Amino acid sequence: MSRFLKVAAVALGLAAAQFVAAQPTSAPKSAIPITGLGRAATAAEVKAWDIDVRPDFAGLPVGSGSVAKGQEVWDAKCASCHGTFGESNEVFAPIVGGTTAEDIAIGRVKGLSQGGTRTTLAKLSTLSTLWDYINRAMPWTAPKTLSTEEVYAVTAYILHLGEIVPADFVLSDRNIREVQKRMPNRDGMTDRHGLWRADGAPDVRAVACMSNCNTGAAKRSSELPDFARNSHGNLADQIRPVGAVEGVDTTRPVGSAPGKAQAPAGPPSAAPQPQTAASASAVAAPPSGAALAKAHNCLLCHGMTSQIVGPGFNDIATKYKERADAQSYLAGKILSGGSGVWGAVPMPAQPQLDPAHAKALAAWLAAGAK
Amino acid sequence: MKLPVALPGRLLRAPENFVSRAFKLEVDAKGMGSERRGFLQGSFAAAAAAVAGGAAFAQARGDDAILKPQPHAVALGQPVAATGYGLPSQYERDLQRRESPGLTRVRQASVSFCPLQGLFGIITPSGLHFERHHQGWWDIDPSQHRLMLNGMVKTPMVFTVEEIMRLSPVTRTHFIECGANTAMEWGNVAVPTVQYTHGMVSCSEFTGVPLLTLLDMAGADFKKGRFVLAEGADGSSLTRTIPMELVMSGEVLVAYGQNGEMLRPENGYPLRLVVPGVQGVSWVKYLRRIELGDQRFGTKDESSHYVDLMPDGRHRQYSGIQECKSVVTTPSGGQMLLDKGYYNITGLAWSGRGKVKRVDVSVDGGRNWRSAGLESPVHAKALTRFNADWSWDGKPAVIQSRAIDDTGYVQPNYKLLREVRGTRSIYHNNAVQSWRVAESGEVSNVQVS
Repeated sequence: MSRFLKVAAVALGLAAAQFVAAQPTSAPKSAIPITGLGRAATAAEVKAWDIDVRPDFAGLPVGSGSVAKGQEVWDAKCASCHGTFGESNEVFAPIVGGTTAEDIAIGRVKGLSQGGTRTTLAKLSTLSTLWDYINRAMPWTAPKTLSTEEVYAVTAYILHLGEIVPADFVLSDRNIREVQKRMPNRDGMTDRHGLWRADGAPDVRAVACMSNCNTGAAKRSSELPDFARNSHGNLADQIRPVGAVEGVDTTRPVGSAPGKAQAPAGPPSAAPQPQTAASASAVAAPPSGAALAKAHNCLLCHGMTSQIVGPGFNDIATKYKERADAQSYLAGKILSGGSGVWGAVPMPAQPQLDPAHAKALAAWLAAGAK
Repeated sequence: MKLPVALPGRLLRAPENFVSRAFKLEVDAKGMGSERRGFLQGSFAAAAAAVAGGAAFAQARGDDAILKPQPHAVALGQPVAATGYGLPSQYERDLQRRESPGLTRVRQASVSFCPLQGLFGIITPSGLHFERHHQGWWDIDPSQHRLMLNGMVKTPMVFTVEEIMRLSPVTRTHFIECGANTAMEWGNVAVPTVQYTHGMVSCSEFTGVPLLTLLDMAGADFKKGRFVLAEGADGSSLTRTIPMELVMSGEVLVAYGQNGEMLRPENGYPLRLVVPGVQGVSWVKYLRRIELGDQRFGTKDESSHYVDLMPDGRHRQYSGIQECKSVVTTPSGGQMLLDKGYYNITGLAWSGRGKVKRVDVSVDGGRNWRSAGLESPVHAKALTRFNADWSWDGKPAVIQSRAIDDTGYVQPNYKLLREVRGTRSIYHNNAVQSWRVAESGEVSNVQVS
């Protein structure tokens, strides 16, 4: 081989190597073997974490649950946030509603094109999603505590509320594929769009006109109404006090003088307090009852001085202030839940709560919830 | 009419600026003590005297910030390591991530918005990074955290955080944008400032290992395995399907580093997935499991949420790419121009499909445009900072920016976007943003097309 050919061959080889490096189709290789990092997962470990259920129901555990059982679980653990009939919009978006018998027949929810309510059952095309999500993430404050039967049962109850299955239905791994065929929006999804892959084709094509562009006369078509001027708090307190511009003092009407430089008398704006994670309750100083209530998300349902879903803490404190065993009674109620004392909506059990924290919360309530 | 304002360092006639800006900053930071109260009373007296003196200049000799010895120039300052982990200046406290009142009912399933109006360059300080949590955030003990790989792999594997940190890392700068960023503005103007219109975008330097490396170590079936499921370790155990094409490109990282330190707990400490160009929900935090499969997984956050409702009533499912978008951050809503004259129009541009190639700026509501300058470096799938000179003549103006990426895609205006997608899709609003500058100098959020 001539010297020229040898050089060319080497050059070609290098080019090929560079091509592989620029477009990896397997992992970038280490110069030396990677050993001793990572280990095989045990079968029990995979079983513990591999809980997802796919649209083809791969991953669905064997089991069943009835609508009737589902209603029991629902009333105890779900209704406080989602409403007795899954209709509530108080804490989360509604689950049930906005679907018709006709939707179930054709597999498209008509209301979605007509400004109808976007409930979970109206949007969802795959029943597996409902089962999977309840199983992995519900109840809200104690995820992954439902038994397989309870997940089937709650799913069945929701489907019954949506008039997809009858009241005496028992949902199971054997009949779930049949129920899938009745999902109201089962044919309501499309993946024909350019937003899945980076090289997808865009659906909106604008042109970069540079001068005398048609703007439809560039008239204002939408702006905030004056009454909403201060809806996000004083904007003058949400910008660095030194810079090219100042913040608008939205506590004053439109057209007022810039506020900051001329109104120095107020106290510095209150910085939002960082949220306390539940784990923060493990620090050395004993946390206050109020801090525990916040850390354990009690405030989702109970106001300090007002009813939300459950009674306000002040009302609980007043009701039990004369009761000698108030502390132990309330600690029991916090841990085990209850119903009927304050109204129809039950207080769910809180099995995830450290009993010492339940005791501290009860003591705080018994002492007046201050 | 333009009202007089006290500009720092500028000499103005009393009494308009009888309280100096420096004094105001001091009161903001330290409150109104008796010493400062006394000073204020003195200022009133001086101002009154100045008014009595007619055309007399209260600061005829010059600026007190120069003429009077400042406390920091004539005394001893703080020692080293006074704060083991340094904090921003006390004068920066107004720059916070904030919630939008009324947007959500519970703070554990909510968002906080990044104060884009106060940021420079392209990196988001980790403490100001926007937040989106689905079931509250945790500060997870890294010694108890594990990452499992299973599904279509030869050997399902478990990695500790230490083991992942022993592998050869890569460091890359990328934006992360929530698919619902600017969602409140689909139908009409709803929020006042850029913090709330665009504050669900942030940009960090991420350090980690390519997911491809870990899949390779587990003996992944790259022929049959077309989709990856990523799952978090928190209560929501959030799951999303990731396209294998992105994983194969080597861009998808299992990251532990953010801006030179570990991820913040609110951003997924100790491990999160980085999926460049794709909406934030796919960047699974507290990453505990990766499953390789041959079908999409149809999870809650790609079936019930993060689906885009089109006018025909169909939802676009598996929409992930964040298309090219930009926004002017100064001047922007809630700001006040102090005077006529020179301003630098500045803002951020980004594209989930590649690099930002060009940004155009208009000050007449989109009728005429000129190209802004781009600050270097310009990274692919990262925030890009643009700047444009502007002399404000004191007349009403409508400021816009329009970004173009290296695929040639042009950021659309609201008219074009709504023609295709209507106003109810919630996600992926990348329309051109307009800010109106009034004669008073006040800037507000408007939509003009």
